[in-house]
Amino acid sequence: MREPRVIRMLPDGRRLHLCDGPIDLIIEASGTPPAISAAYEAARRRFVSILDELCGELPLLRSRTRNNSPRPRGVVAQRMFDAVEPFSEQCFITPMAAVAGSVAEEILESMIAATTLDRAYVNNGGDIAIHLSDLESYKIGMVERPDRPSLFGSLQIAAVDPVRGIATSGWRGRSFSFGIADAVTVLADCASAADAAATVIANAVNLPDHPGITRIPAREISPDSDLGDLLVTRGVEPLSESEIAAALDSGAREAEILRARGLIHSSALCLQGHTRVVSPLLARACIKFSPRSLLHA
Amino acid sequence: MPDVFPPDTVRCDACPVLCYIKRGHAGACDRYANVQGQLVRVDPHILLDRAKSQGMPLVPFLERQGDWDGKIMKGQETFVTAIGAGTTYPDYKPAPFIVSSEVEGVDMVTVVTEGIFSYCGVKLKIDTDRHLGPERNLVRAQGEPVGHVTTAEYGSQMLSLGGVHHLTGGSKSEGRVTCETLLALSNGNEVELTIDDGASIRVAAGKPPVVNGQQEERMRVGCGSATIGMFAKQWFGKVDDVVVVDDHITGVLSEHQAGKLLGVRETGIAIQGRRSTPGRYFQVAQPGTGWGGTNISDPLTILKPFKEKFAWPHLRLLMVSTTGEQFAYYELDDALRPVEKELPETLKESVGRIRENCEPALTTVLFMGGAGGSLRAGVTENPVKLTDSVKRKLTRVTCGGAPTYIWPGGGITFMVDVTRMPENAFGYVPTPALVAPIEFTLKKVDYALLGGHVEYVRPLSEVLKEKERQRQLVSHAQNPWPLKPHSGSSES
Repeated sequence: MREPRVIRMLPDGRRLHLCDGPIDLIIEASGTPPAISAAYEAARRRFVSILDELCGELPLLRSRTRNNSPRPRGVVAQRMFDAVEPFSEQCFITPMAAVAGSVAEEILESMIAATTLDRAYVNNGGDIAIHLSDLESYKIGMVERPDRPSLFGSLQIAAVDPVRGIATSGWRGRSFSFGIADAVTVLADCASAADAAATVIANAVNLPDHPGITRIPAREISPDSDLGDLLVTRGVEPLSESEIAAALDSGAREAEILRARGLIHSSALCLQGHTRVVSPLLARACIKFSPRSLLHA
Repeated sequence: MPDVFPPDTVRCDACPVLCYIKRGHAGACDRYANVQGQLVRVDPHILLDRAKSQGMPLVPFLERQGDWDGKIMKGQETFVTAIGAGTTYPDYKPAPFIVSSEVEGVDMVTVVTEGIFSYCGVKLKIDTDRHLGPERNLVRAQGEPVGHVTTAEYGSQMLSLGGVHHLTGGSKSEGRVTCETLLALSNGNEVELTIDDGASIRVAAGKPPVVNGQQEERMRVGCGSATIGMFAKQWFGKVDDVVVVDDHITGVLSEHQAGKLLGVRETGIAIQGRRSTPGRYFQVAQPGTGWGGTNISDPLTILKPFKEKFAWPHLRLLMVSTTGEQFAYYELDDALRPVEKELPETLKESVGRIRENCEPALTTVLFMGGAGGSLRAGVTENPVKLTDSVKRKLTRVTCGGAPTYIWPGGGITFMVDVTRMPENAFGYVPTPALVAPIEFTLKKVDYALLGGHVEYVRPLSEVLKEKERQRQLVSHAQNPWPLKPHSGSSES
């Protein structure tokens, strides 16, 4: 029996909560009261059909994207496809790698198209699309372990920065990872691009063939996973300092390549309490660290 | 799409993604899971709102927006339960939620966690006169032993199910079935049980028991002898003798003290079984599911021939069970043999009154569990101090907001009526063990004194703000408000 969608204001009276199946969005818009209502109305309207649109072409969205893959029809599906397409030559990736960021981005765009806002964000389970006008900015806290929420750093993104999308990926999250990163956070032009890149970088934080890493075919956990029989990470034993450094090196190299290709602006990679940052030198986006996780490249 | 699935895979239809979910796993949304082959909504974290009946306004969650200042808000009216809060097990670390709120000018702290209980079980009270099975015999579910028959109490039979020996001391399937049975009963669901050399029953908390396919309606008003005492006056003059058939103590009006006092004439009636005191008989038949918990369907089988010296033709005799559900009226013929006749109008009322005075028969389920060291460690760095604080009633223990009875003696072993808890409050882990919500509420000063994790205390307003996956329920009307300061932990 299909569960009804959740469309409600959170008890703080400021944020909108939209939930339909695996899509779970927290939205906040700032501006004049009429602008906020118009933005929330637009978000609600766009939201109601998104899951059905995606499910209409789920088999295609769950299959590997190659350079000759057919382009999906849905608007959100196309955002997903465009976000993963740059990686189709180098690795196994499906449009599902960018689904969360793409949905956030689509909802945010519907809000901006409907009205003028000072700033707004759409947070889809940690993959966030942001809108900033003029001198506005957002301060964003970062968490490395979703099961043990504590901030390991925070960053500020201002309107002058090119960043409009933030995404985090890791093996402990809701989606599967080939890598061992606890969390890889990526800042990019848009949320869909950040989502796909975070997936790719998190996969690259890895120690192939290490005996302390438990890997299981994705299908054994989730029978209809887009990753099929590929091995995904289910457990990582405590690693030595040098092993952690090697895994982070591997991820940082990938992040550096993506930055050089113009696909991301910045990335923070976390593994067992150690953090590596790639290109933190955005104008106003700085990543601060608590002392315990200092390990600079 | 995969074409071959492992057995027990379920397809979730809660949204169009239509996830295939393996046993023990959750779908893409993390809200639906496959629990033992069944699709289950994984419950959100539950908060209780104090209900109107307790003198506080009932504020629906969604209507609070707007008038909330983002600080303490209507804090004292919301109690954070442990249902869906998560657990600390097996780590030695602070409980998932340690919440402070100000109540009637006192700073209170509630430590909220979901405990994993290997030491746990349920006590069933089954209101029935029918014989369910001999004391100490095994109670089985799906053929596996899950508990035993314990004492018979007033109008009811007690069963004790679960306990660590069935959960972890027997075979793997015994543990699994015991866990399933306890979980179902604790969550208010019906289970089918069979008792060795006894009955087959279907029971659920707060519902009438079904014994051998027959639903119980009423509890007996008293034993056969007590029933004679209660109704003797109403029978006097309308009938010459009355036998109240009961497996425990069958009563006979003309011989009973109550009848003697009224001057009821001797009738020459003779009863099978062992006479205890005048008008009171034990073991008139075998226990069973017939009249008054005996195995008889024809009450005349417990009568011996009337004594000619006392009996007379046309003597009027009423035979009735302890619940008034079965009755028969006889008159003696010239040979002093009872002949069944229609119950006269004048007696219908008294039979009806026996039935009326029998309360509805129910099954009640008390969950019983013991809070172990690791759970207590989530509350304080010095677990024994928590036990001490609970015993001194400085700390109140609730289970999903419901009051608990704490056993005297060592440890924190508690019992709770599962019908006073929010629905589906219990979970399980494959260990096997049950997951039950447990909250410890005490004054903030006392919490600090017992070595509590004060650095993890968060104001209620913050908890309400941060958790997106919360559900607010109205507190059970009969439950004392768990946050009320200065009251003990074992009120009911």
